[in-house]
Amino acid sequence: MSASLFRTSFARAALRAGAASTPKAAGVAGMTFARGKATLPDLAYDFGALEPSISGKIMELHHNMHHKTYVNSFNEASEKLAAAKESNDIAAQIALQPLINFHGGGHINHSLFWENLAPKSQGGGEPPSGALGKAIDDTFGSLESFQGKFNTALAGIQGSGWAWLVKDNQTGNIGIKTYANQDPVVGQFTPILGIDAWEHAYYLQYQNRKAEYFKAIWEVINWKTAEKRFQ
Amino acid sequence: MAASTGPYTLPPLPYAYNALEPVISQQIMDLHHKKHHQTYVNNLNAALASQAKATQSNDISALVSLLQKIKFNGGGHINHSLFWENLTPPDSDASKLETAAPTLHKAIVSRWGSEQAFKDTFSDTLLGLQGSGWGWLVSRGNGGKLDITTTKDQDPVTAPEVPIFGVDMWEHAYYLQYLNNKGGYVSQIWRVINWAVAEERYKHGIDSSKTFKPAM
Repeated sequence: MSASLFRTSFARAALRAGAASTPKAAGVAGMTFARGKATLPDLAYDFGALEPSISGKIMELHHNMHHKTYVNSFNEASEKLAAAKESNDIAAQIALQPLINFHGGGHINHSLFWENLAPKSQGGGEPPSGALGKAIDDTFGSLESFQGKFNTALAGIQGSGWAWLVKDNQTGNIGIKTYANQDPVVGQFTPILGIDAWEHAYYLQYQNRKAEYFKAIWEVINWKTAEKRFQ
Repeated sequence: MAASTGPYTLPPLPYAYNALEPVISQQIMDLHHKKHHQTYVNNLNAALASQAKATQSNDISALVSLLQKIKFNGGGHINHSLFWENLTPPDSDASKLETAAPTLHKAIVSRWGSEQAFKDTFSDTLLGLQGSGWGWLVSRGNGGKLDITTTKDQDPVTAPEVPIFGVDMWEHAYYLQYLNNKGGYVSQIWRVINWAVAEERYKHGIDSSKTFKPAM
């Protein structure tokens, strides 16, 4: 996964200054940039560019409001965490973990999500090739079969959450996993491709017909990003 | 969505679909009641039918795997049934805590200091939910100690706690009208809480057979 996805303003300044990366910018799990500020990444396409799969209104609210709130709340929790560390307040550090997980996870998940989407004109929906395409065929039989299983997983989420195509770092195998709320894919698994099943991701356009959203989103999946993450 | 056959049915709303405007729009009430709640009822009935079949065939793995489905969809049916009844049109008599719920009002003031302090605490709790879920005022038994609690997803409030009233914090409950401004929804919801129903539940508990399984 690209560390620059979750870059901090600290890291952004460092990158501008010509440093390829810094230890503080390299944190995949988001926990390592507590000293810098997480920032809302720009979208690589216009808000309306994913229509008709995802409306411009949804994209605008989702990016400018929801993702921004995760960024701000993560930074706020990070500052409190830093203060708690400073004062050796272990109880406060532990009490902050749910907020760090939720808002940090929200930041990570959405950052990954924007990049694994693309307008049709920029390759959205073009099937994967190469190693990932082969792994999907080997594991699920075909891309269609994989998408069917993925959509079943999405539909089975009880409440808010995400479904991910992940790579198991121990075995190298790929699989489908769902995560509650904003729990991020960390640890044993590497996120390859995620789909947001929170109602705010589709409700303005699809209301209760979430199966239609799950079907339509494959038209704008950026498999090139997924392939890069898989490698 | 067509009603499924099964023991549980969608209870009718105790008011018109537009009766909660401007706090909750007719479009939200339409979708929320006729689509979302109906889906929980349908899926609950389907899960119970599978459970009966699995019981008959002594299929213990199937029985265990059905538990979560029953909890989720049964909870969805319970929570929404309670929710519709604990709402009332804004400015209706039932929406006024002190007059509609004298006993509960006294208990709230004695527990939180004031009506406002209670509402502020409840609102903060609602806004602190991470993901889908519900906020509840609960009582430990009839007329018992009051508390504010949350349940995730469609988990219902269970004994010994009695749900006095609940607020749905799933995004489908407010998003079409309030978008990401859930604080706006939370501040407005107080205008449509049915304190008369809350008082009744506080004193006498929930009549399950009437609330969750209306006569067919």
